[in-house]
Amino acid sequence: MSLSKGAYLIREGFRSIKTHSFMSFASVTIITACLIIMGSITLLSLNIDALIADLEQQNEVVAFVDESIVDPSAAAALQPSLLGVENVLSADFVSRTDAMDSFMSKYDDRLMEGIDESVFRHRFVIHLVDISQMADTKTQLEAIPGIVKVNAHIEYANRFVRVRNIVSVVSLILTVILFFVSFFIMSNTIKLTTYGRREEIAIMKMVGATNGFIRTPFVIEGLILGLLGGLFGFLAVWGIYTVLNSSLLDTLTGSFISLVPFRTVRLPLLLSYLGVGILIGVFGGVNAIRNYLKV
Amino acid sequence: MVQMTDVTKIYDSSSTVALDGIDLTINEGEFVFLVGPSGSGKTTLMKLITGEVRATAGEIVVNDFDMVKIKRRKLPKVRRTLGVIFQDYRLIENMTVYDNVAFAMRVVGAKGKNIAKRVPYVLELVGLEGREKRFPNELSGGEQQRVAIARALVNNPRMIVADEPTGNLDPVRSLELMLLFEKINEMGTTILVVTHEKELVNAFSKRVITIDDGHVVSDDGDGYYSYELE
Repeated sequence: MSLSKGAYLIREGFRSIKTHSFMSFASVTIITACLIIMGSITLLSLNIDALIADLEQQNEVVAFVDESIVDPSAAAALQPSLLGVENVLSADFVSRTDAMDSFMSKYDDRLMEGIDESVFRHRFVIHLVDISQMADTKTQLEAIPGIVKVNAHIEYANRFVRVRNIVSVVSLILTVILFFVSFFIMSNTIKLTTYGRREEIAIMKMVGATNGFIRTPFVIEGLILGLLGGLFGFLAVWGIYTVLNSSLLDTLTGSFISLVPFRTVRLPLLLSYLGVGILIGVFGGVNAIRNYLKV
Repeated sequence: MVQMTDVTKIYDSSSTVALDGIDLTINEGEFVFLVGPSGSGKTTLMKLITGEVRATAGEIVVNDFDMVKIKRRKLPKVRRTLGVIFQDYRLIENMTVYDNVAFAMRVVGAKGKNIAKRVPYVLELVGLEGREKRFPNELSGGEQQRVAIARALVNNPRMIVADEPTGNLDPVRSLELMLLFEKINEMGTTILVVTHEKELVNAFSKRVITIDDGHVVSDDGDGYYSYELE
């Protein structure tokens, strides 16, 4: 393609946007709206995921040391063996004295009358990398010499994993549905634009234009509209998220709920918005004129 | 040049036999009128030439292209050798006269300087000098049809195919248009005009092909409209 021909086709794309400004506005608005909904679902799912991950970390596994190991430093020396288990993220040693102090701080002193620290065992409070592997990790921990018992809430862990999986699947399904809805609406919006231009397309065909030549301005048009829709959608979601985050901080200070900072998702979100916008715009444009090119 | 041998066209959707065993040759540089009643197959014959529809059987060669075997993506090449004119002009309303004509050159990838040179020449040829910046709705029917002729001519086609080009024009403008076609024909371009206008056909001493019910019923070289339509 020559430079002048390329420039002409790009100019035609922009001319079409300007000429059909209302339809262009409608297309951008539709893409923006769909991306806001799509993005909100993604961000919601991301936050639920982070929240569950946070709760998962609070779901501790406790490994008790054999009572015959009385010396705290001897018990603490088991730590490297525990950390050697693949799924173990951290293993904090808690001596029987610390365990009793912690217990007493939570309950009434009278409960402890006549009981000394020998009732408690030295222990390790363990956090896991992946709680869905909790049952296997428990078995491995129990196999370590010096560890006599491991308390792990496997049923809670499984519940967390299940909720997390459901959230991921539901958000994926909703995102895919919304993608196709956006594609369909975008395609129909461009179809309305092209309907008014079917004469122009027919004339182009009659004077010997190739399909590529006819399609290119529509592709450029779709690309620009998609990019704009993606950009506006991103800015809108950014704004909404920021407002939501600050109002949540104001009302729920000290609460366990906190949103994932937007800066951590900003770049991937912007790129995926622009990508999805371009994809919807370009394929919507190509799909819309397909029928007119069959002559 | 158009060469049709035993051409049949049956539309799949309605099983209508539009053309049945047509044999026809239009040589380079000829001026031909194609006449016949409504539904006789004239439009189908034109569409076969421009590649809008495919023949069910038979052989068609248009300007050296085999229209039966040709791939769809090669059709633009055939169309660049043809200039097509319609009854309803088919101009792009939001483009000026100049752009409507230049558009046909841009579509085929012509260079800017060639467009700037060729378009004014063609507009002058069809008598539209000074109208370059007008929009189609600011022109009379005759002028709009001249723009369509300029657009058909601008890529220097080997053949012009005009479907009822005078259908929306008064007799004087129709005659002017035919004189313009004659002038273009004298410059070497083959002309095929589909028309109903008996007076007009008889006013020119050209070849007249009449079709009815999908058959060629007469092929008269002396330019007489012999077939009664009504």
